[in-house]
Formats: sequence, C-alpha cells, structure tokens
Amino acid sequence: MALRAQFPALAQEVGGHPLVYLDNAATSQKPQSVLDALAAYYEDDNANVHRGIHELSRRATTAFEGARVKLAKFIGAPDSAELVWTRGTTEAINLVASSWGMDTLGDGDEILLSSLEHHSNIVPWQLVASRTGARLRYIEMDEQGRLILDYLPELLTDRTRMVAVSHISNALGTVNPIREIVDQAKQVGALVLVDGAQALPHRRVDVQELGCDFYAFSGHKMCGPTGSGGLWARRSLLESMPPYQGGGEMIRMVERDMSTWAEIPHKFEAGTPNIAGAIALGAAADFLDEVGFDAIAEHERELLSYALERLDDMGGINVYGPTDLDERSGVISFTMGDAHPHDISTILDSRGIAIRAGHHCAQLVMQHFGISATARASFYLYNSTDDVDRLIEGLASVKEIFRPA
Amino acid sequence: MAEVPLTSLYQELILEHYRHPRNKGELANHTVEAHVANPVCGDEVKIQILLNGGRIEEIAFDGQGCSISQASASMMTALVKETERSEAIRLADVFTDMMHNSEDASPDKSLGDLRALQGVSKFPVRIRCALLAFDALRNALGEGLQIDSVGGTVHSDRSEGETTH
Repeated sequence: MALRAQFPALAQEVGGHPLVYLDNAATSQKPQSVLDALAAYYEDDNANVHRGIHELSRRATTAFEGARVKLAKFIGAPDSAELVWTRGTTEAINLVASSWGMDTLGDGDEILLSSLEHHSNIVPWQLVASRTGARLRYIEMDEQGRLILDYLPELLTDRTRMVAVSHISNALGTVNPIREIVDQAKQVGALVLVDGAQALPHRRVDVQELGCDFYAFSGHKMCGPTGSGGLWARRSLLESMPPYQGGGEMIRMVERDMSTWAEIPHKFEAGTPNIAGAIALGAAADFLDEVGFDAIAEHERELLSYALERLDDMGGINVYGPTDLDERSGVISFTMGDAHPHDISTILDSRGIAIRAGHHCAQLVMQHFGISATARASFYLYNSTDDVDRLIEGLASVKEIFRPA
Repeated sequence: MAEVPLTSLYQELILEHYRHPRNKGELANHTVEAHVANPVCGDEVKIQILLNGGRIEEIAFDGQGCSISQASASMMTALVKETERSEAIRLADVFTDMMHNSEDASPDKSLGDLRALQGVSKFPVRIRCALLAFDALRNALGEGLQIDSVGGTVHSDRSEGETTH
C-alpha cells in the first residue's frame, strides 16, 4: 500500500483543493495502523492497567507494557524501566525540572540552555530557577541559526548542573551536535537533557550513542496520538529522583503520614496513564520501523533540497537556518518581503495548503533574527514533490497579491 | 474553511493602508494610551490619544503584525481622529458588529475605509487581527475590552484613566 494512502486525513479536500499538509513540525498525521490500535484497545481490551485480576486488565497491561519495551528499544534504551510515559515532551521536561531540579539545584547553580530552544525547554527551567536561586545561561546561535560551540568552554563551569538542548530546532530545523555538547558537559560533571520532539520522528535516535542523561519526546509528531510521549533517563537518576506527582499507580505503601514509592518507571506515573495512547504509540514505532529511518531521512532530504532550490529560483524569499543540508532537518522557516507570515498562511490555506505562521514557540529565535514571525513549511515521510510544487504555486499567489504597488 | 475568494480579504485599500499607514508613530503629547497584543500570533498595536474634554484631538498608533491588524489600526485612527469619544466608541461597536456578521449587508457608511475590511468576517481566524486596534482604542478610552467570539486572550497595559492637563 502506498505510504500516503495509509493516512486517511491526507485524502481530503480543503476549500475545494486537495489538502497539502506541511505543518508536520506542529503535529504529524496518523496512519491507519495507529488509528486501528487506538480502536482495538477501546473496542476489545479497555481496562485499567496493573491492578485488575481479570482478563481485560491482563490484556491491557500486556499491551501497555509491551509498548514500553518497544519504545525503549526504538530509542536505544538499555532497559525499558528507564522509559517513563508522559503526555509528551513538555511534560517530560517539566518532570525533570520539577523532580530533579527542585531536589538538586541550589543558589548559584547554573542551567545551560540555548537560544534555539522551544519555550517548553526554557520556561520549566525558569520556573525551577526562580524557586531555587539557580541561574540560566544560554548557548547563542550564529547567523545561520547554528549553536556556537566555541563559547561552550566558557559557558560550562563548575556550577553548571544541567545542559538542556534540543536535538533539532522546531523553528529552523537546525540539527544540533549533541554528542559534542555531551562530551564537553561531562567534563564539568553536568547532566544533559535532550529535547527530542523534532528528532525522533525523523531519524534513528540511540540514547546510548548520544550519551545524554535524559531524552524527552512526543508521540504525536511521530505518527502517534496526542497526549502520548515519554522521558528516557538513566536508571540511577530515576531511582534517586523524588516523585513528580502523587497518586495511584506510583506508590508501594500508603500510611497516614507517609508513603513509599513504587519501582521505576511507575514511581513517575501517578494516576491512570494514557493507556490507549501508549499502545498506539507502539504501533507508530512499528510503522516507522517498517518504513525505515534511512528511507525517511533520504526522502525528507530530497524534499528539502528540491523545495530550497525552487524557493531560491522564485526569488524574494528569505529562508532562515543552516544552508548545509547535513545540518538541517525538513523544516523551512521563511519570510517574503512585506507579506506577513499570517497573510502568507491565509493565502495558502485558501488553496488547501497547511503551513504554520508565527513565532513557533521560539521567541528567542525570532529575537535573534530581529523578526516577530516566520512562515514555516515542514515535511514528513508522506509529503511529495507535488506538495512542494503546490506550495510554490501558492507562494506565487502571495507574491501576486503583495506585489509592489 | 469555506471557499471564499481572497479578493474579499486583500483589497487594494487594505494593502495601501498597510504599506502607508496613517497616524503611525508616537504622540509628543497624549493623555491616554493602551497597548494590546495577541499572544497567539504576536500582533501588537499601541494607541496614544490626546483627549481634550470628550474629544479625540490627536491619535497615533504603533505596532507590528499582519496586513489586516496594521491596516485596521491605520484606518481606525484616521476615522476617529477629531471625533467625540462617544462617537469613537459607537464606531468601534459598529465595526465589531460588522466583523461578527458574515452576511453581505452593505457596511455602515460611517465606517469609511474600514468598510474594506468587511471581507475579514468570512475568515474567522483573522477577525481577531481586525479587532486588535479597536481593543486598544476601547482600552485607551477606558471602555474595557471586548473579547471576540474567536477567543484568545488580550494582554493589555492599561493606563489609569484620563489625566487632565
């Protein structure tokens, strides 16, 4: 079955035009196998996990924990107990900032972020910094939106406790050299958290090869359901960190004044989890494995290269981010003369083309380039060169409407 | 989205105000000001007004954002300049009604150039853009904000009433 045909949402018309979906950095569409996994859980196995001594609960628990093993393997984790289910990347980062951060950070400690970060890898650290007296520092980027690692030796000090950086920038598509950052961070004894929201959908990730201590990801950007995702962390860290939320599932014993905690990862999973979401995320991982990351990466690179070439031919388009395709993922952030990104987006929408316009939850990136917003087209495995052609036609229409008076 | 011709959205007059805004900048003397932003998209409009009694003697706006938000601000300032405060509020109400009424009734003549924005009412996600300047106007005039039906929060730095001089 053709890849694209497996995504029901892509087969629709918008405003009388076949949908061209180029907002994949915001969220991906879902293949039939993922939708089927959601339906199968609710139709056949719906029960709470880890507690019912009955057939449905056994089935639900087996599928839920099976998905954990699958995702752990998918990211190269040595042990599935090191994978905590979360609502997504944002909750995963908040978990680390709250639990590890509140427990560990003190006055004058430093957290090193980058100015490329999504707000979800900035604000949780601001919250914990304001409560602990810790200080935020930033790795700056150059004119192509690449982190300037030359500054790292100065930025990393004996007070640096955490380095939190994105694997791939959602705003520009910059692929960050994680291994290099990890190597330098380790020299000062800092931990490294990687925001993998934009990486895991598009390339093979191996947390052991990266050498990081925490890896956060979202299911909905990788063909999985919204509200699914996870945090991988080293066993020793998870074992030493206090619980993030209290409730059912996460305890061993509750007494009047105190409780003891369940083993990891359950210690961090208070309340009934997103069972259907986790199981369907497992189906998404199967789907991506079947397509293969080599094929996905090659396809997206071809689309990126073709699109950048056509945009360049068109002229009048200012594309942000690295020019070297090795340093860039399938994200094109751009502006066009005095056509504001929201106007671009409305004009494209009227032609059935979905892109994103705005600051992309990365206002520090916008400030760096002295702009308030960009238009962003982002690709995934089901996009085609036809989609790029439709985008270019749409942008020609923007040019026509916003032609110099 | 329903199929609506873009020509109803991007009229020449709108682009003309966007590119050559009226009353843009800072007022040396002003008695009230308000700044509103749409945090969802980053559009911003700041309004400064020199009130004399109940009359808008001078008005200026500054801001950044899409063609609709900035053209609307330009048109609005041109319209309410040298009018009574009560008339400015009335015009804001008439304009807001036009935005929330997607039928093709002829727009109220008293809206002047703002009538060109009628087509925005057919693009629900853009109504907020057209109303931003009016939120700033109401806020500056101490009329409070009308949050439109599309939703979204308006953050404002509201000046404390009018100062006399």
